[in-house]
Amino acid sequence: MQNKITVETLNAWFGTNHALKNINLSFQENRITAIIGPSGCGKSTFIRCLNRMHEVVRGAKVSGKVLVDGKDIYERDIDPVDIRRCIGMVFQKPNPFPTMSIYDNVAAGLKLNGMKDKKILDKTVEESLKKAALWDEVKNDLNKSGVSLSGGQQQRLCIARALAVEPEIILFDEPCSALDPISTSRIEDLMIELKEKYTIVIVTHNMQQAARVSDYTAFFLYGELIEFGETNQIFKKPKEKSTEDYIVGRFG
Amino acid sequence: MVREAYHKDLHKLREEILNMGSLVGRAIGDSVLSLKNRDVELAQKVIDMDNEIDALDHSIEENCMRLLALQQPMARDLRLIISVLKMSIDLERMGDLALEIAVITKITANVPPVKPLIDIPRMSEICQDMLMNTMKALENKDVELAKQVAKRDDEVDALFDQIRRELITIMIEDPKKITGAQHLTFVARYLERIGDHITNLCENVVFMVTGERVELN
Repeated sequence: MQNKITVETLNAWFGTNHALKNINLSFQENRITAIIGPSGCGKSTFIRCLNRMHEVVRGAKVSGKVLVDGKDIYERDIDPVDIRRCIGMVFQKPNPFPTMSIYDNVAAGLKLNGMKDKKILDKTVEESLKKAALWDEVKNDLNKSGVSLSGGQQQRLCIARALAVEPEIILFDEPCSALDPISTSRIEDLMIELKEKYTIVIVTHNMQQAARVSDYTAFFLYGELIEFGETNQIFKKPKEKSTEDYIVGRFG
Repeated sequence: MVREAYHKDLHKLREEILNMGSLVGRAIGDSVLSLKNRDVELAQKVIDMDNEIDALDHSIEENCMRLLALQQPMARDLRLIISVLKMSIDLERMGDLALEIAVITKITANVPPVKPLIDIPRMSEICQDMLMNTMKALENKDVELAKQVAKRDDEVDALFDQIRRELITIMIEDPKKITGAQHLTFVARYLERIGDHITNLCENVVFMVTGERVELN
């Protein structure tokens, strides 16, 4: 299996706060990697560095390399917008565009890129909604507002929106924390289906979720990567004591 | 400290398995003592004790199941629960074997002894000592001690072999002693099985601490 993303000595700051310290980590293609750790450990900052979202924050700074297919996304000639197209992101709270219909939510990315061909747009919307396992529920209501859907459906709509621009990598930042258990398991099933075609990184507070869906798990603490390994190993017999203390809930 | 109730339950589980261990140790010791002293009353106590052991076994199973269902234990907690669950099965069997020995005491109490008992009590002592140290290894998460204990199963096996041969000789020399000697052969065999169960317990202690399944002895 090939490494899709390789992170080399990544450091990140918010002003003077050194949020990530010398992170070296690789993500395999077509695998799900979960990032776990207590609040403030830098896990969200970390995945936001993977698609150059960190630098959008005022006073934020990054150093080090993030190689996607061997090419550093922080090189000067690279347009962050291209990066974010190739590396999609799904956030904690479902955030469909509130004034747009379901159809327009999914088509938005393509339209922004100048796509006007109605046939291609129709086809992409349908395919993306199918991949996000939402098509059957909304195919007769494509003109309804995106926010008329339930929380779980909205989150799948956001996933469809991310898929529409044909990314290679999808980052999930706590995608299920606002969802009920049924919607959560649908999203989890979906992630497992999606890994056939995409490389997936998920940040989660829910350790059972990390254990259920991911192939690899990375544990972060105080901005450092403490342990990385196969998920099965991490949850059965972690190597580091602090990892074990965190996952059994005896932290501190 | 977070999840306090959960950790209290885990602690209770550890105490329960240690209790079960000491109870089974006593059952083994008393069963052989009753045989040696032809003490039917003590034998009956061992038989009664088995209910207590079975009750502990059920309680442990119940608690493990509840923890697994409600708490989604992971890492060392998960390994503790799995080990305890498996250890309680071995301990329950050991309790049954002690009961069988006590039953033999009752059957043979009124028949003249086949021979003075020396090696069988020795087997019993080794088993009790092994069991006590296994429980110590469990309590202190001591892998080395668990491995050392498992090695002693060889002593138990050697004694069994020796006793078996001796009893065969007795049976050949005096066919009237066949029934009694056969009972003793069974007792030795039960103690030999107890040694094997203790080896399993030791393997589970190693698993609990290291996460690795090893074959000891």
